[in-house]
Amino acid sequence: MPEEMPVLSMKRITKVFPGVKALSAVDFRLFKGEVHAIMGQNGAGKSTLIKVLTGVHEQDSGEILLEGKPIRPDSPLAAQKLGISTVYQEINLCPNLSVAENIFAGRQPTRFGGIDWKEMTRRSEELLKRLNLVIDVTQILSSYSIAIQQLVAIARVLDISSKILILDEPTSSLDETEVEQLFKVIRFLRDEGLAIIFITHFLDQTYQISDRITVLKNGEFVGEFRTEMLPKLDLIAKMLGKELSEFSYAADNDQRKRAFAIAGKDAKNVLNVKDLGLRGSIAPFDLNLNEGEVLGLAGLLGSGRTEMARLIFGIDGANQGEIQVKGKKAAINSPRSAMMAGMGFCSEDRKSEGVFADLTVRENIILALQARNGVFKYITTRKQLEIADEMIKSLAIMTPSANNRASQLSGGNQQKVMLARWLATSPIILILDEPTRGIDVGAKLEIMELILNLSRQGMGVMFISSEFEEVVRCSSRIAVLKDKAKIAELNGEDMNESSIMRTIAGGN
Amino acid sequence: MSRKLFASSRNLPILVTLGLFIVMFGLGSIAFPGFFSIQNFLNLFIDNSYLLILAVGMTFVIISGGIDLSVGSMLALSGMVSASLLEKAHMSPLFVIPIVLLMGTALGLFMGYLIQAFDLPPFIITLAGLYLARGLCYVVSLFTISVKNNFFQAAAHAQVNIIGTNFLSPGALIAIGVVLIGFFVSRYTKFGRTVYAIGGSEQSALLMGLPVARTKIATYALSGFCSALGGIVFTFYTLSGYGLNGKGMELDTIAAVVIGGTLLTGGVGNLFGTLLGVLVYGIIQVLIVFQGTLNSWWTRIVIGFLVFVFCVLQRLFEARKGATLGRNTAREPAKAAAGR
Amino acid sequence: MTSWRSLSRTKIVWPLIALGALLLLNLFFTPHFFRLEIKQGHLYGNLIDILKNVAPIMLLSIGMTLVIATHGIDISVGSVVAVSAGAVAILIGGDLAGHPKYPIAVAMIAALLVCTAAGMWNGMLVSRVRMQPIIATLILFVAGRGIAMVFTNAMVIWLYAKPFAILGQGYVLGIPFSIYIVAFVLLLTFIFTRRTAVGMFIEAVGINPTAARFSGINAKNILFWVYTFSGLCAGISGLIVCSTVMSADGNNAGNLYELDAILAVVLGGTSLNGGKFYLFGSIVGALIIQTLTTSIYAIGIPADVSPVVKAFVVWAVCLMQSERFRTRIVRVFVRKGLSA
Repeated sequence: MPEEMPVLSMKRITKVFPGVKALSAVDFRLFKGEVHAIMGQNGAGKSTLIKVLTGVHEQDSGEILLEGKPIRPDSPLAAQKLGISTVYQEINLCPNLSVAENIFAGRQPTRFGGIDWKEMTRRSEELLKRLNLVIDVTQILSSYSIAIQQLVAIARVLDISSKILILDEPTSSLDETEVEQLFKVIRFLRDEGLAIIFITHFLDQTYQISDRITVLKNGEFVGEFRTEMLPKLDLIAKMLGKELSEFSYAADNDQRKRAFAIAGKDAKNVLNVKDLGLRGSIAPFDLNLNEGEVLGLAGLLGSGRTEMARLIFGIDGANQGEIQVKGKKAAINSPRSAMMAGMGFCSEDRKSEGVFADLTVRENIILALQARNGVFKYITTRKQLEIADEMIKSLAIMTPSANNRASQLSGGNQQKVMLARWLATSPIILILDEPTRGIDVGAKLEIMELILNLSRQGMGVMFISSEFEEVVRCSSRIAVLKDKAKIAELNGEDMNESSIMRTIAGGN
Repeated sequence: MSRKLFASSRNLPILVTLGLFIVMFGLGSIAFPGFFSIQNFLNLFIDNSYLLILAVGMTFVIISGGIDLSVGSMLALSGMVSASLLEKAHMSPLFVIPIVLLMGTALGLFMGYLIQAFDLPPFIITLAGLYLARGLCYVVSLFTISVKNNFFQAAAHAQVNIIGTNFLSPGALIAIGVVLIGFFVSRYTKFGRTVYAIGGSEQSALLMGLPVARTKIATYALSGFCSALGGIVFTFYTLSGYGLNGKGMELDTIAAVVIGGTLLTGGVGNLFGTLLGVLVYGIIQVLIVFQGTLNSWWTRIVIGFLVFVFCVLQRLFEARKGATLGRNTAREPAKAAAGR
Repeated sequence: MTSWRSLSRTKIVWPLIALGALLLLNLFFTPHFFRLEIKQGHLYGNLIDILKNVAPIMLLSIGMTLVIATHGIDISVGSVVAVSAGAVAILIGGDLAGHPKYPIAVAMIAALLVCTAAGMWNGMLVSRVRMQPIIATLILFVAGRGIAMVFTNAMVIWLYAKPFAILGQGYVLGIPFSIYIVAFVLLLTFIFTRRTAVGMFIEAVGINPTAARFSGINAKNILFWVYTFSGLCAGISGLIVCSTVMSADGNNAGNLYELDAILAVVLGGTSLNGGKFYLFGSIVGALIIQTLTTSIYAIGIPADVSPVVKAFVVWAVCLMQSERFRTRIVRVFVRKGLSA
């Protein structure tokens, strides 16, 4: 393809949030008639880049050129007016309005001073026909599948006139045939000359649909590649920010030895999951966890790690399979029943699913134990303080006192408070979903050290992290997930970053 | 298949209400001699004209996802102010009526502004509006003011023949006019459709570039206007202003709207449903009067029960909607389970 | 900013300051406000009046505090007050000689059971059917008054059974008996919430329902019992209301009490968004409201007008709690600071 002028070019975009440099001097180019995927791990800066482009955030420095002219949209609406349209994963349409209305809301054709419904219906049908979609446009939006809703959203933005179409995680809740339907439309639009930005966590889909890939890592530009020139393995390596050759094959020896030791003296099984699954969330999987073992769950963002944890802890109800704790079948249908069975779970979403911001550190720590004891076996304030102080000391939680509010603590310390909440219940199984995310390096190391210590004391730990390095360092066995399914288990010599990556890239 | 199912379930609440009305009217006609007559049917409009007008404004507010608790006392205040201006200040109805309508609209506008600009709960803000209007009634006068103004007297006693000698009152005609205008606005104007969009998803409406703030404030202003108009029609009906008038009427209004198939969570409903809701409300009262031995307060219990039934129905619809969208909202039940 | 917020939210200081300011205003404008007299061995005066009249609101606000702490609301309490009054009145009966139909204690317990059941109904709708609290309690708000009127057959029942009057009219050591009831309920509630884990669980559910569920708290049960308790409190409140006037008027008993109770809770420092709750703050909040009402009366403004003042207090309190309002105010001050 000759190097024509890109329809969009973002040059040296930098965006700083208090305490975080979300983007530093990132470049991005987009050409007419191409599908361009932006790839990266958590915190890579994908969404910030898109938000700058769509006017949600304003860049601190750098410039955006649309067809050669500098632009600076200050709201999604302004961006839309310039021809930059976005279709989000959580479809931003009104479920209670008809398909036609959703397409024309705010721009309804009128006749004799009133809305001309007939005309609106006719034009909607025409528009959708272009996308190869023939449906009854007078029905309300929510009566259609997510896939169709997405196409309706696309039809809407196309009608407003669009030069650039941004698809943000459009496939995450679609099944295979629906994905194919969407891809057909995307290819059609691309061939018509539209420039499309495609964001997804699904590796395979990236390869199916995209012409070009831009990789970001920690807010920095890693590179822009033509899709067919970039092998999957290289892509994963670039997303993780390392060259393949850099990976050390020698994992933590101590860990390896222990793993063998556990396997050797017929370790007691604490958790045995058989064929557990939930449609649309994660494919059925088997899993077991032994006493004193750290089972790592490795996979890219969106691979189904969190879904797996939520299913085991009874947050989402499984529609098949069973869970055994210590060899006995456990009826786990709520977090409470999971707790009673001896599990603990630290959610990846600390803010909305973990910490009680307005409660004190003491209350935050004591809560699960108190819930387990029941309302009336009240733990006296003195006893609470004792437990909390002990936890604060042993986990090195930095807080002026146990009676400070949890919201005043740093992210790492809030994470420790959540850990402490579960440790106080002395669980036999502890599930940690991204406990090291969004905290500083020192705290990360502390938490990993802690995990190893807990396993040495005999606790069975499931450890989820986006950083394969961390998973490898902590785990005695690793389950690999990809595209919402468990695809392999690695142990012994296979437990290293490169084999995880190979498994993800290869196992199709 | 699920699409067809949903399409019918969309109109189901209104059909249920229509069926309810027909059954009640039928039962009444069988049980009580003299019940079945065209005039008796028209009387439902005459006796509930003011309620119908309030309900039109309320329907808009509820569809937008809000609520307006001030309508009952706004009706009383409008009546008081009308009566006072007419009888004490001896002003012409030509001025009184616009002044009162303006006052109602302004108060609605003010509450709408507070709700929208400062992100405050409509429930509490309009509850305070209820207090304010009720208190202001007594600022105007502590006692009943009867209205002797000729125009109002004429409006109260006028009968407009509809079919043969069966008649409607001017108030009822105004109410029917308001329903028709309301229907046009809700169905054929951008304002009306934006109200629905906001009720469906305020976030989406914003991102679609719809004028959310303006529309939300306007719905409360509209409801204020309707309560003021309802107050004037109520004065046609009772020919007096009194501070206790319309007590609890906000709930009758909400109940009628809900029974008419409008979702309290917003986004769904229409004005013919509301009309039916008001008629059902009216016929329950008439039935209890005809029955004779039950005291009139059974009306409230029956209405409360109907609100319960319709709310549970609505929950079921939401649950079904959740099921069709299950994949998108896989995490929602977890949040909903906590009871927010 | 945070220190100001934490101070204003965690301390009982603000409501006390507001109460003090209110009393101070009275000191300047209506010095006779503080006059106490002894008549027939009892203390008389505005201050005693406040204590005598405040008990029902205080009781409601105790139950309401816990409901609001879970990020809920219970608007049915006023109607439940009427139900309680109606139930106890028919069970005691209007015998002119003062012979109760059933023993007074039995009548009272039965009335309380009815109200507890009403609370359970609300709790069930909120926790199991998962209705929005406002909508769930709206049902009893509508039907409750009807039930009360059906109990009393739409008549005002006058009671002559002397012992029952102690509840609302008796004095012990110069202080109204009802205040002792409030103190008792308050103490029990305090012990029950703060000396068990109940209070912490309620706050946890109100702050972050998802995290509460994930921590193994049974949020459903918490919600259920909180509404049940609110119903019980409304029941006790109704007994006092009935005893104070020795009559049960289903139409007016407890009218608009729900707003007073909500206002008391909010004035006391508990946020409408749920979370940390302050039982003593709510008690002070109730005192502020009653003092306000009594003050308005003392100045010579008719009691009926006092809702106007309350409305503005509600709006002001809501604005103070609004994040958007605060940031806007801060912005105005900052701008002024810069230009100066």
